Amino acid sequence: MADHILEMQSITKTFPGVKALSGVSLAVERGEVHAICGENGAGKSTLMKVLSGVYPAGSYGGDILFKGQTCSFSGIRDSEHAGIVIIHQELALVPHLSIAENIFLGNERRGASGLIDWHKTNAEAAELLASVGLREEPTTPVGQLGVGKQQLVEIAKALSKEVQLLILDEPTAALNDNDSAHLLDLVRALRDRGITSIIISHKLNEIEAIADHTTVIRDGKTVETLDMTDPDVNVDRIIRGMVGRDLEAFYPDRDSNPGEVVLRVEDWTVKHPTQDRLVVDGASFEVRAGEVIGVAGLMGAGRTELMMSLFGRSYGKFVSGKIFMHGKEIHTRSVAAAIEARIAYATEDRKAFGLNLIDDIARNISAASLGKLASWGFVNHHEEARAAEFAMKSMNIKAPNVKSIVGKLSGGNQQKVVLSKWLLTDPEVLILDEPTRGIDVGAKYEIYTLINSFVDAGKAVVVISSDLLELLGTCDRIYALSTGRITGQLPAAEASEERLMTLMTKEKELTA
Amino acid sequence: MTVTAPRGSQKKDTPSAAAVVHTGTSEIRELFTRNLRTSGIYIALVAIVALFAGLTGGASLGPGNITNIVLQYSYILILAIGMVIVIIAGHIDLSVGSVVALTGAVSAVVVIQYGQPWWVGVLAALATGLAIGAWHGYWVAYVGIPAFIVTLAGMLLFRGLTLVVLNNVSLSPFPADYGQIASGFLNGLLGGQGYDLFTLLIFAIAVIGYAFNQYRTRKTLISYNQLVPSFPLFIAKILVVAIAVMVFAWQLAIARGMPLVLIMLAILIMVYSVIMQRSVFGRQVYAIGGNVVAAALSGVKVRTVNFWIFVNMGLLSAVAGIVFSSRSNGAQPGAGNMFELDAIAAAFIGGAAVTGGVGKVVGAMAGGLIMAVMSNGMQLMGIDQSVQSVVKGLVLMLAVAFDIYNKRRAGSR
Repeated sequence: MADHILEMQSITKTFPGVKALSGVSLAVERGEVHAICGENGAGKSTLMKVLSGVYPAGSYGGDILFKGQTCSFSGIRDSEHAGIVIIHQELALVPHLSIAENIFLGNERRGASGLIDWHKTNAEAAELLASVGLREEPTTPVGQLGVGKQQLVEIAKALSKEVQLLILDEPTAALNDNDSAHLLDLVRALRDRGITSIIISHKLNEIEAIADHTTVIRDGKTVETLDMTDPDVNVDRIIRGMVGRDLEAFYPDRDSNPGEVVLRVEDWTVKHPTQDRLVVDGASFEVRAGEVIGVAGLMGAGRTELMMSLFGRSYGKFVSGKIFMHGKEIHTRSVAAAIEARIAYATEDRKAFGLNLIDDIARNISAASLGKLASWGFVNHHEEARAAEFAMKSMNIKAPNVKSIVGKLSGGNQQKVVLSKWLLTDPEVLILDEPTRGIDVGAKYEIYTLINSFVDAGKAVVVISSDLLELLGTCDRIYALSTGRITGQLPAAEASEERLMTLMTKEKELTA
Repeated sequence: MTVTAPRGSQKKDTPSAAAVVHTGTSEIRELFTRNLRTSGIYIALVAIVALFAGLTGGASLGPGNITNIVLQYSYILILAIGMVIVIIAGHIDLSVGSVVALTGAVSAVVVIQYGQPWWVGVLAALATGLAIGAWHGYWVAYVGIPAFIVTLAGMLLFRGLTLVVLNNVSLSPFPADYGQIASGFLNGLLGGQGYDLFTLLIFAIAVIGYAFNQYRTRKTLISYNQLVPSFPLFIAKILVVAIAVMVFAWQLAIARGMPLVLIMLAILIMVYSVIMQRSVFGRQVYAIGGNVVAAALSGVKVRTVNFWIFVNMGLLSAVAGIVFSSRSNGAQPGAGNMFELDAIAAAFIGGAAVTGGVGKVVGAMAGGLIMAVMSNGMQLMGIDQSVQSVVKGLVLMLAVAFDIYNKRRAGSR
């Protein structure tokens, strides 16, 4: 019997209306590197939040055994006290504080007087930095370091807490190849020192290289735990575990007969707004009239970044690339120009980026078309109300009236308001980023129907989705994106979850 | 399909499928809280007017005093118009007091030192205000420095420039025609015995306009399935407003007639209310304050809009500066001190949200009047300056606390 440092037994976690975890079991051996894989939304991050006490004991079902003892953490402090440290994808460092201050934040090294002993703080920090192989002064502000080095500071911070189980959530997602390699070396070194690690990653090659075991999660359930020393276990084997979900939603039928090319994008390249790396790297694609194309990619692949940068350069720094509408090049340097060129983009996060939640339905729907609804700079209220009434009826938005506050609507109705807003701009290309995220099955079906009627009218639709079945069910063609590059395209008829996942996890060297 | 639900009645006549399903009590509660939120400020204003009328034995409603309030607080109300727009967009402007001083000083130098006619002074002040607004707008909108910092710097900067322009001394007096701006009256245009008929007529027209506008709004609301008060209540509300306004008009009419400042203020309030409620620009200001990212992704040119918001604030500060210098018949280095705080307080008491996206010009006017009536009433009662300050501070605190409490209950976010 293996020596398990951690056992999580049939963990369940429910959010209002959604069952995020329905019986996940995980057993991690002492001193191993254990990888967790799964599609976006499979429940990996939720599981780790349960483990680290972000979701306190009592808010989930099942048992956690750490070093053989049942744990009931009521917060992150409890789990850290037990020796479990989680490093999130979004690093939790204070940029203006020094490396040493960050390492000992909340855990300050004090002298006899009760005040902070800076000599001790900096000396211990220097030791920790040496142990993670980071050659920086402990007094350097963290904000001056690159993401890779910040990641190492996080690990040094974990080591200062005498970590026994280190959880790394997508540690290499934002790192370049060199930094990734260094980080993986460090994880191996930690393993040699007896520290157990759990790694969540979409980069299956890395997992193959470093993990001793891999647990695959799908739809909130454990599918299997693979022994990576088994010669039969490789990237393809992991992919097979990740996909293969049952068809649960169904998709309305549509006769597809694509016409001429409406939107063509060539060699689109965009830099991160603050860091020196390419987020979108030479992407080219096209979409025809009466066609729905899909963009598949894992978290951090650059799907949203690609579309937002196309939409009036609202993301990152433009490097190069061309956009053609009906074969004619257009230059859309602002969102207003993109709308003018009849491109519409409905964001992934409707609450944060798509809607003015404190305003009413009518004014949200008209927000992108005020120019059209106005004469001499004054909005025609009757036209506006008529447009909103029409949208409410045709979209079946359930609300008392067009003056209802959008923040009080359900997710599905909010999404319909977003769609109404963009349809009112009369676009030829409608880009939908995660159009059905967080909405119920009925509303999903309605949105698929809307997509269909829109393309039936000869317009073009681009759908970004983490749900591969949704892409297979709604699209004519699907492009796969991996680390900012388009790694392939498949007609929906020939595509399958496996083939897409293979393209989505394809790494640079394979495509270059 | 029309739905009218009577306010304050248990009866429920909303059988239509489109209407929200309420239980009887929750409907009343919602109507009540909604009304408190939208008209609470006006109810508070009436209550405070009544309170001070009682405390001063009616002196605060005397003809002379009403005229006095209008003249004395007009510049704060003018500033509050610009300030509420700045606040709706999610910014703040701490510099307006200094800008009032500087624009007044520029005007004084042009008119008093250089002997130019009054309108040259006015134009010089307006140009100065626009330039200052463009300065603030540039830093806030195009460089991206928070307005708090930019206008804090402006507060110091323009106070300093006021001292430079005035050589550290007061300039006075203005010629008589410049003084007319703030203390001029239209009186006797149409005659009247012991009262000014013209003043009464203007207010009567305004009341009729208001009633007509309310009726149209009500009709529109009904046609969009909105809940509206029952018809008798609607008429009662208009009658109450009409009587209050005509009493106010009568007091003006038997005092000195129609103050020019009041006409100017009324035009500004109407113009800016229309801009904020009806124009594309106004809508974009609300959109930016409500969710700046969503606004940007809907094609709103956020920088341009922010820039013009501050230019407009500069312009209105200049108008206030002209009125204030005219009223005080000169320019002082310390003019307009703390005006920014009164204007900000007026906007917040009037229902503007600290987080932006919410607020109304008319609300800010009511907020400003609450402050004005309170200060004036306490002055009439001979209450010490220190106590006045304490009371004003508490009112501001309670007003914002009430707003936040309401929002939390509404739970719209």
